[in-house]
Amino acid sequence: MTEKPDESRPSVSRLRRFVKLTTGDPFAMAGVAIYLLFALTAIFADQIATYNPLDILFLPDGKVAANRSPDGQFWLGTTNLGRDVFSQLVYGARSALMVGLSAAVMVVVVGTLVGLFSGYFGGWVDAVLMRLGDVALSIPFLPFIIVLAAFLKPNVWNVVIGVSALLWPNTGRIVRSQVLTLRERSYVEAAKVSGASHLQILFTHIAPNVLPISFLYGSIVIGWAIFTEASVSFLGFGPSDSVSWGFMLQDAFVSQALSRGAYYWFVPSGLCIMLVVTAGFFISRGYEELLFPKLRD
Amino acid sequence: MRFLAARLAHSIFVLLAVVTLMFLMFRLMPGDPMAAYISEALSDESRQSIRAQFGLDLPLWQQYFIYLANVCQGELGMSFFLKEPVWDIVMAALPVTLALTFSGLVLAYLFGVIAGAFLAWRRGSLVEGISIPIVLATRAAPEFWVGMILLSVFAFSLGWFPSGGAASPGSMYTSEWQRLLSLDFLHHLVLPVVTLALYLQGLPLLLMRSTMLDVMHEEYVTMARMKGLSTKRVVLNHAARNAMLPVATAFTLSLGQLVGGNVVIEMVFSWPGLGRILVQAVSASDYPLAQGAFLLVAFALISMNFVADLFYAVLDPRVSHDRKA
Repeated sequence: MTEKPDESRPSVSRLRRFVKLTTGDPFAMAGVAIYLLFALTAIFADQIATYNPLDILFLPDGKVAANRSPDGQFWLGTTNLGRDVFSQLVYGARSALMVGLSAAVMVVVVGTLVGLFSGYFGGWVDAVLMRLGDVALSIPFLPFIIVLAAFLKPNVWNVVIGVSALLWPNTGRIVRSQVLTLRERSYVEAAKVSGASHLQILFTHIAPNVLPISFLYGSIVIGWAIFTEASVSFLGFGPSDSVSWGFMLQDAFVSQALSRGAYYWFVPSGLCIMLVVTAGFFISRGYEELLFPKLRD
Repeated sequence: MRFLAARLAHSIFVLLAVVTLMFLMFRLMPGDPMAAYISEALSDESRQSIRAQFGLDLPLWQQYFIYLANVCQGELGMSFFLKEPVWDIVMAALPVTLALTFSGLVLAYLFGVIAGAFLAWRRGSLVEGISIPIVLATRAAPEFWVGMILLSVFAFSLGWFPSGGAASPGSMYTSEWQRLLSLDFLHHLVLPVVTLALYLQGLPLLLMRSTMLDVMHEEYVTMARMKGLSTKRVVLNHAARNAMLPVATAFTLSLGQLVGGNVVIEMVFSWPGLGRILVQAVSASDYPLAQGAFLLVAFALISMNFVADLFYAVLDPRVSHDRKA
């Protein structure tokens, strides 16, 4: 949240309330702490991981260290090909963070722009953009991303593109409804009278006020994108050269880890996905109370 | 009536847009859809004649209208690999998917509605404080991961349930209904349904809780309290009944989303439904089948959105029927 200090008052007080709320609400605090923990793991993955996540490891006697249960050397055991599960988990945080953040940024940017133009200009601009949004929301989510992945080369960006192509209307609609009330405010009228251009009004007077709600939707998208990436990788449409939590789960699933009861292999990565997505929910819950004060009693 | 017509027109527009998008995706994306169908060994001439046979030599707009007319008649082409009409394949998979989706939804909503009403009633208690984060966590856990754990524990370790599929090898039935109601089928259904319900119950639970909290402050609830009715009767007869409306809408919407949204659960449990067919068709570059499965899934989603709209308009007289589209 980097907002310029010279912005109109409502957003500044909102920002202050946001900070206050985050430090006051144990849920939001927990959410932020989880995000920070995973972000740090992603940044320092090279230092934290004990092995290269895709290296095939050997025991001192020259045998491949396959299907090892957790011990002092392999903290979370090894896969059937002798790869270190703990190191994969650590590097998985990196791809999760990348997918989550890029999808969130794209959804926030596209959704906010659409909402701003749609709400401010109205008329045919509004009609076209909103109908486009209706169509995007009527496309089956996961099937669309699977079909997309089938045409494009297996790549992390498929998920980012798919998620942003289908999820921007949620942000767009809510931003639009905010803009509809904001454009009638007296300070916007004042700016118009003093000769400000449409774009000036939109970006310096209206946009800062809708950013908090855009960020709320963005924080939900982070979790959704990570969740979706895991599903797509699990179905076998993910890239095979980078390690993600979904890739680990797919690897475990197709390598009979279930029948061998190798819980150490597939439980931790699922837990990580669950923690990150839950963190997003916790943060947005705090935001929700901020944005819809009626719920607070 | 005008509201109905407007919503119907809107649904048809959206459906047409999705069908068009699919056409463009399958025709304009890199990679020749015929590559898997026409053998490399054929001469150029015979390849051209096969292309002409499929109408691929026509201009794109002409292909588009032929495609539209075919889709309207349920004519979705032949699967490249199964060599059967796509319509027959997807229609055979639909009841299998619906059996899973419907049982999962009913279980999830029964539990969610009751638990949600209970949590709204006990607002501020320790139970509520503990339950909400747990419910949020179940919404955040990938369904296929939950399925993997259930499979590992209940199918592989304990051996209580089969490890996948929808029927034991060799079972034969005289009719579709007999198959769907057989004990063997239900035995195979348990783990996928529990996995699905576990994921789904969070939405009705949280929805029921928050609408209950809203409804509790409405005048008619205050009125009922003033009449001296017991808390239990107020909660059950007055608040809960009206809080059910958004839950019923959510149920309809979820039904539409899940016909195609079950993909990962169907894959984990090798459940021979529509989602699994879509994934297999996509992996095998079986374009007609992938396209047909996708269209059916999209149709389910859009028509259920329409039904949910109607539901809302019929059940809640406060929805203004002449709102602008």
